Formats: sequence, C-alpha cells, structure tokens
Amino acid sequence: MTPHDRADDRDQGMDGGIPDDAKRDRGVPDDGIPDGAERGRGVPDGGVPEHPPATGRPPVIERRLHPVTPFRRAWAPLAVLAGWAVHNPNGAQEQLTRLTGTVLLLALAVLVPAAGLYGFLSWWFTHYAVTDTELRIRTGLLFRRTAHIRLERIQAVDVSRPLLARVAGVAKLRLDVVGTDDKDELAFLGEREARALRAELLARAAGFAPETAHEVGEAPARTLLRVPPRELVRSVLLTGATWGSLCAALVVPTVLWLVTHNPWTALATALPLFGAAGASSVGRFVTEFDWTVSESPDGLRIDHGLLDRAHETVPPGRVQTVRIVEPLLWRGRGWVRVELDVAGSDNSVLVPVAPREAAEAVVARVLPGVAVPRELSRVPRRARWCVPVWWRGHRLAVTDTVFAARSGLLCRRLSLVPHAKVQSVRLTQGPWERRWGLAEVHVDTGADKTVTARLRDAREAARLLDEQAERSRTGRRDALPDRWMTTG
Amino acid sequence: METGTPEETGAPADQPVWRGLQPGLLRVRRLLLVVWTGVLAVAAGLLPGLFAGPGWAACALLPPVFAAWCWRLLERNWRSWRYAERADDLLISRGVLWREETVVPYGRMQLVEVTSGPVERRFGLATVQLHTAAAATDATIPGLDPAEAERLRDRLTELGEARSAGL
Repeated sequence: MTPHDRADDRDQGMDGGIPDDAKRDRGVPDDGIPDGAERGRGVPDGGVPEHPPATGRPPVIERRLHPVTPFRRAWAPLAVLAGWAVHNPNGAQEQLTRLTGTVLLLALAVLVPAAGLYGFLSWWFTHYAVTDTELRIRTGLLFRRTAHIRLERIQAVDVSRPLLARVAGVAKLRLDVVGTDDKDELAFLGEREARALRAELLARAAGFAPETAHEVGEAPARTLLRVPPRELVRSVLLTGATWGSLCAALVVPTVLWLVTHNPWTALATALPLFGAAGASSVGRFVTEFDWTVSESPDGLRIDHGLLDRAHETVPPGRVQTVRIVEPLLWRGRGWVRVELDVAGSDNSVLVPVAPREAAEAVVARVLPGVAVPRELSRVPRRARWCVPVWWRGHRLAVTDTVFAARSGLLCRRLSLVPHAKVQSVRLTQGPWERRWGLAEVHVDTGADKTVTARLRDAREAARLLDEQAERSRTGRRDALPDRWMTTG
Repeated sequence: METGTPEETGAPADQPVWRGLQPGLLRVRRLLLVVWTGVLAVAAGLLPGLFAGPGWAACALLPPVFAAWCWRLLERNWRSWRYAERADDLLISRGVLWREETVVPYGRMQLVEVTSGPVERRFGLATVQLHTAAAATDATIPGLDPAEAERLRDRLTELGEARSAGL
C-alpha cells in the first residue's frame, strides 16, 4: 500500500439515492448489510443491499455515532457571524442598527431549525461498521462517501476527549492509516463504546479470530513511565524557547512603543507574542500533563492532557524513527525528550521529559531488540572546513539493528532508524565536500522523514551505502508481520 | 559509453552491471539548449541595441558563449547518469559536481511509473520513476528506450512482488 494506492477505497458521487437510503434506514434500523455487497457492486451511493446476506458470513452490523454529535457543529454559524463582524466592524454596526427585533427573531427561527436539521441529517446518514478486515465509514448527505479502511494497515489508533466532550461523556476515535484524511475519524462515540471499539479494532488488526475479537476486550496495560507534574514544570522552565518567546513578548512591544509612541501598535504586536509565549509554556504543560506511557499486547499506550485527554495507541512494529532530543539546559539533569515518527500520524512525542535511563527503557520497548548506542563515531577533523563549529555535533553509530545519527551542538538530536524500516539509501556529495573527501548518507523512512549522517569520510560513506542496503534487506526478513498476533 | 547498450565490462558476479542512458536524451537536451539560446540571444541583442545604442547589441554574443559551456556540461551530466540492477536492489548514480547515488531495495518499491512526454516520444525516449513509501526517495531514470523502460518496469514490478515488504 502506498500514499498513491490508497488503503481505503472511496466512492463519491452526486447522490440520487437519498430517499432510498432514508427509507431503508427508517424501515430497518441497524440493518445488517451483507459483507462485500458494497464493494462488489461499487455503487456510488454506497449500495442498498437488495441481495440476501451471503451464506456462511455473519452480517455486518452498522452502527451510528453518539446522538450528541449534531451539536458539535452548533457553534459554526455563530463563529462565521463573529468572524465577519470582526473582519468588518463598521459594516457589522451598520447592519445591526438596521435590524429590528422581529427580523432578528425571524432569522433565529429560520437559522436554528435549519442548522439543527442539517446536524441531525448528517448524523443520521453517518454509519460505521467493523468487518473482519475493514472499518467502513459511510457518510454524507448530498455527496455520499464510503471509506473502507484496511485494519492490518492501521498505524495508530487515538481516542481523544476534548474538554466539552468529556463533560458530555463522549470521545473521538481516529485511525491513522497511510493515505487517510482527517475526515476518517469517528466523532463522537460514547466513551465506553470508543474504548471497546478501539480494543476490537486492535484485536482484529492483530489477527484474532472475528468471533473472539469481541471477547478479547481491552488488553491489560502495564505502566512503563509516568511524568510527574513537577518534572514537567521544571522541564518547561528549563527550555530556552519558553524564555526566548517571553523575552520577545516583553522587549519587542516596548521598543516599538518607544520608537513609534503609539500604544496601539505595541499592543497589536504584544498580543500575538504573548500568545506564542503562552502556547510554548502553559500550552505545553496542559497537553503534556500526566503523561503516561504504558505497554499492552496491542501496542504502546500514551495517555495525556489536563483539559483535553488523549489516548493514543501505537501497535507494535509501526514506529519508523525514534529521536532522542537533549536540549542544552536539560543535560545537567540528565533529562531527554523522546519523539517518534509513525507513517500517517501527526503524533510525534513519545516521552516529553524523562531521565535518560527511563527514556531508553521505553525506546527499547518501542523498538524491540534495539539498544541505544553509547559509542558514536566522530566525523573527521577536516570536516571543520565544511561546517565550521557545528561539525563537532555530527556523529554516527551503526549497530546490527539500528542506524543512529546525531546532530546539533547545543540541542543534541539522536535519530534512530531500525534497519527494517529503511525505504531507500542515498549518498550525496557536493563539490566542496569532495574537495575535503567527505560525503553524506541519507536514510529515507516511510514516515517521510530522512535521517542523514553528515560529513562522513567519502570511502566510509560508500561502504556505508552498500552495507546499509544489505542490512535493511536482512533486517526486513525478521520483521514482525502486519498482523502481529499471527505467527509467521 | 556512446550508446545506451549494456556496458559489458566483464566484471565479477557481485559487481553491478552499469547501464547508461540513450544518446537521444543528450540530443533532446542540446536541442532545447540551442532553441533557448537563440531566443535569449535575440532578446539580449535587441533590447540593449534599441535602448542603449547599437554597440550594446554585442550583448547578443553572451548567450552563445554561455551555451557553448553548457553544451559540454550537458554531455558530462549525461555521461554521469547510470543505473544497475542488482540481485536485490536498484542502483542509480548521477551528477558531476553534486553527485548522488541511490539504492532502492526491490521489496520497498510501491509503484513504478513510465512516462513519456511529446518531445521525449518524438525522440523515442521514456522515463522510469520509482516510488517508495518515503517521499524523499528520488529514483528517476530519464532517457530510456521505451522497450527498455517497459522491460525495467515489468522486471521491477515482478521483483517487487517477490520481495514485497510493508512499511
């Protein structure tokens, strides 16, 4: 499967079949659709099952989202109005004075039911179903859209609960599959339902038999690491970016005020700058609060958040690269931050802050059999003519499981790529590098990230290129199968 | 290496057999160079000649001088391109000043594309492009004989299926 050859097949088309669908939905709620009927016929409107269910195959149960869903977009018209008012304040005032009470009431009387009806209908026409191999999402009021997401291609499953959703007791479920859109999330489901669905999807993706997938339930989790709030606060305070943005927020508006003598200019620049400073400090604290990494048979669980809780699951063998970041100020305390890349996923943080040993223990769980290399080889001294001071930061280690390249002098970043995840290897050499007998080796991974070993000796790089191609081939042979519970 | 025929060097079995590109590609690129040089020379001669005086029309000589230099560069660049099919991966090597060597294992290949534009078709050329799950993988072989391009595509697809691996 590729980004080009989509993991889900979609059908879109102008809908001629709403009445049909509506009739069926009203007549037979929670109708069983014979497995394969939709795909086999490829009807743009999703296909109304006229055939009797295929013999021997259990019917697919179609389910609806939580009834609270229609309200999720309730604020949208208000936001549009507010946006227009802010964008054009004079026009808004003019319009407001012209409006009378009756017009306002009339507008409300039309708008609110219309929005409500739209919300209700879009909820009514959204169905999802889990089959042996796929998650099917059928949605759309005018433009029907059917997404079939192959379960064995799941890269990660996230359950997130924004603040308001937590109040309402619902959750959002999102699957990361290479090539899916943001639209392929299930929002909202009941909290317990979301949890059960996640467990079921992972069990089926792991290769459990469909009959037992229900009963397997949520796999027990064992906590590997929990970040205490104290440590998190200290780590935020020890981050250069926090103080940098705060200083910028204080200095820039003051200077502007002194230069222009216009308090409004100063205020206009101060607000976004303070916003950025807040996002990098308070925002980070709020999202990374109570960060827990635990291990379960169906993958690694990451739970975090103070207001919006998020629960992410990364199945085994899906991690493409792991980065261990060591900012300058953390080094005294021996703290590191661990980031990871999973194909088709935006989540990148694995551990926001932890002592080095604890973080490396987690990395060993994410990349089984990988030890973080201690000894990294330096680049030749002549590299200082290519990259003046920073050449000291570039190091490399290749073990029999992983390709590890480090860069950066103040903030050290060590990137680890398991050999089994290497998509292609490249060697590049510019004219100035050739003058000094140096070359670079790039290792491309499936998460669209490239790890580069810079400033290596040219002969060493050529050897590295050859060996890396060989290693990634043998590494793949021993890799886990896509359905990790099935052996073989 | 004047033609795109396999370069039989009598190398040992583990040494890759390198192949070059079709001379047609060099011809196409030189043709394009000549066409653009002509356009630029007219522009460089006319504009200063009309606005700054007839003596300035000598500027028209600049583009041909530059083109003469490019003429040689194009050949060096064309010569530098080569590819080799090994047992388990494809090697592509190219570039004179900025050298680049790419290794793509067959098992990682997701899609093989053969394209041929109108000019390329006129000169009997085709381009093979390989895609892996990594967007950074830049494995393109231009200037192949269409038959060779198709053979390469079929072979790569076949080998890719045999050694297929997921993400």
